[in-house]
Amino acid sequence: MTVTATRETTSPPVPARKAGGGNRRRAWATRAPLLPALIFLIAVTQLPFVATLVISLFDWNSLKPEKRHFTGLSNYASVFTDEALRESVVTTVVLTASVVIVSVVLGLVLALLLDRAFFGRGFVRTLLITPFLLVPVSAALLWKHALYNPEYGLFNGALTWFGELLGIESVAQPEWTSEMPLIAIEASLVWQWTPFMMLILLAGLQSRPAEIMEAARLDGAGPWQMFRHLTLPHLRRYLELGILLGSVYIVQNFDAVFTITSGGLGTANLPYTVYETFYRAHEYGLASAAGVVVVIGTIIIATFALRVVSSLFREEAGRA
Amino acid sequence: MSASTATSASVNAPTHNAATRRARRRSATLGVVAWVVGIGFCLPALWMVLTSFHAEADAATNPPSLAAALTLDGYRTFFGGGGGPTPWPPLVNSLAASFFSTVLVLLLALPAAYALSIRRVRKWTDVMFFFLSTKMLPVVAGLLPVYLFAKNTGLLDNIWLLVLLYTSMNLPIAVWMMQSFLADVPVSIIEAAQVDGARLPTVLRRVVAPVAGPGIAATALICFIFSWNELLFARVLTGVVAGTAPVHLTTFVTSQGLFLAQLCAASVVVSLPVLVAGYAAQDKLVQGLSLGAVK
Repeated sequence: MTVTATRETTSPPVPARKAGGGNRRRAWATRAPLLPALIFLIAVTQLPFVATLVISLFDWNSLKPEKRHFTGLSNYASVFTDEALRESVVTTVVLTASVVIVSVVLGLVLALLLDRAFFGRGFVRTLLITPFLLVPVSAALLWKHALYNPEYGLFNGALTWFGELLGIESVAQPEWTSEMPLIAIEASLVWQWTPFMMLILLAGLQSRPAEIMEAARLDGAGPWQMFRHLTLPHLRRYLELGILLGSVYIVQNFDAVFTITSGGLGTANLPYTVYETFYRAHEYGLASAAGVVVVIGTIIIATFALRVVSSLFREEAGRA
Repeated sequence: MSASTATSASVNAPTHNAATRRARRRSATLGVVAWVVGIGFCLPALWMVLTSFHAEADAATNPPSLAAALTLDGYRTFFGGGGGPTPWPPLVNSLAASFFSTVLVLLLALPAAYALSIRRVRKWTDVMFFFLSTKMLPVVAGLLPVYLFAKNTGLLDNIWLLVLLYTSMNLPIAVWMMQSFLADVPVSIIEAAQVDGARLPTVLRRVVAPVAGPGIAATALICFIFSWNELLFARVLTGVVAGTAPVHLTTFVTSQGLFLAQLCAASVVVSLPVLVAGYAAQDKLVQGLSLGAVK
């Protein structure tokens, strides 16, 4: 159904006739409101990226500016052969994938819980989106100090409570951020991103065609059957959208890595490594090459994301 | 739905009543579950608020002291009461960067959205997707050139540089959101007003604003939130003069001794504007975050 809808609307546009002077002037008058935004964006986002591409071809350490020279693709070779950089590529993939998958699953559960009328539903929804509305740095600091701190953090405090409750003498008091640094970062990010997934999936749940759901229920479909055969297929594109947009944002995460572990203990992802390489090590060429690698990774995800957004978008446009 | 249950209830009353009762009990249980899950999920944030009102000594105990006396000391220390640095410059910087970038975003995005929804340019969807694709470009991709540019032009540690960068960061989102809000304005009304001789500013004020106004306000709030939250640019491009609130938060935890209550107070203060804006824009939040794809 979706496929046909997309195909209908993507028929090639009518080829433009050679417009006369008046038409052309009118076309430009229509375009004019668009130009400031377009020019601004190209100047501020595209030009720096072109500069990054150029810099990535140079061996350039800002502490030794006189030694700057063209090296071709050797920075890229370093990105993929350098142990630390290669590790950060892996870390980025693991971090992004795990956070996205866990928060989508949790978000779906929360959305299903909220997708029914109960007393105080609006308030519970507000509670649930609160983590997403905390400034990312404060959320990361909250997890690092108020929750993970081995001496007085809430987690170990709760363990002590349970210990006292169950009469256990010496309860485990893990050093969360050094014993499981990546999981510590992932947990804080999952906490922040689950509400995002929940909101998108809740919108999806609420756009289910009510008549079809009712008809299925009257035909004796059980809750699981309805979920499996009606809800899940309907949610597919919302799931895709949540996964892809979430990936685009989380692949770029800097705040949590910077705050919780400062990239130590194998938690440095690519954005953090790029920051380190250029801000601390002053290796401009290498940092740029790593930056370009992040862009290529993002483009791969983004192409899928754009396709999903575009299919939802065309459907909306078709409905209007 | 209640009508249909009533009619079918009269057909086979006993079994159906049992079924409705079971369904009602199940939905009540799920309501309770939702409450428990909601509070549990929010617990770290609630813990942060509680800790911010505790004395430092009570904040750093194991097991936690839930019922410790409440005090405003954490907030007092954060606001420079103990002779520490005052947070006002970073807060004002954040406010200025977020406010001016939001204004600039609206000034650029509104006409653009107009040309993409009401008086559409040819191939307007291609233009939309160009805007979106720039959002997919990671921040780190342009960070170094921007830094070098700022260094050579003396714009380093200048709040206006952040304003420009935050504008470019939020412009695609704003164009997408506003396009979807302006597309809700019926073209026939606009045309009728124009036939009646109304000029464009009048049309915008009298016809477009009432329909698209709430959406535009939500767009502004979301752009404000994203700018307020931003750390990487601010961290790299500002220093003592133009440092923003998130940067201040990260440099804050170097003090000796106990700081947890103070830190929680700081986090609450810095997050408060976002929480207020986010709760206010709650209904439009999904649409903004999904770039207008989900309504």
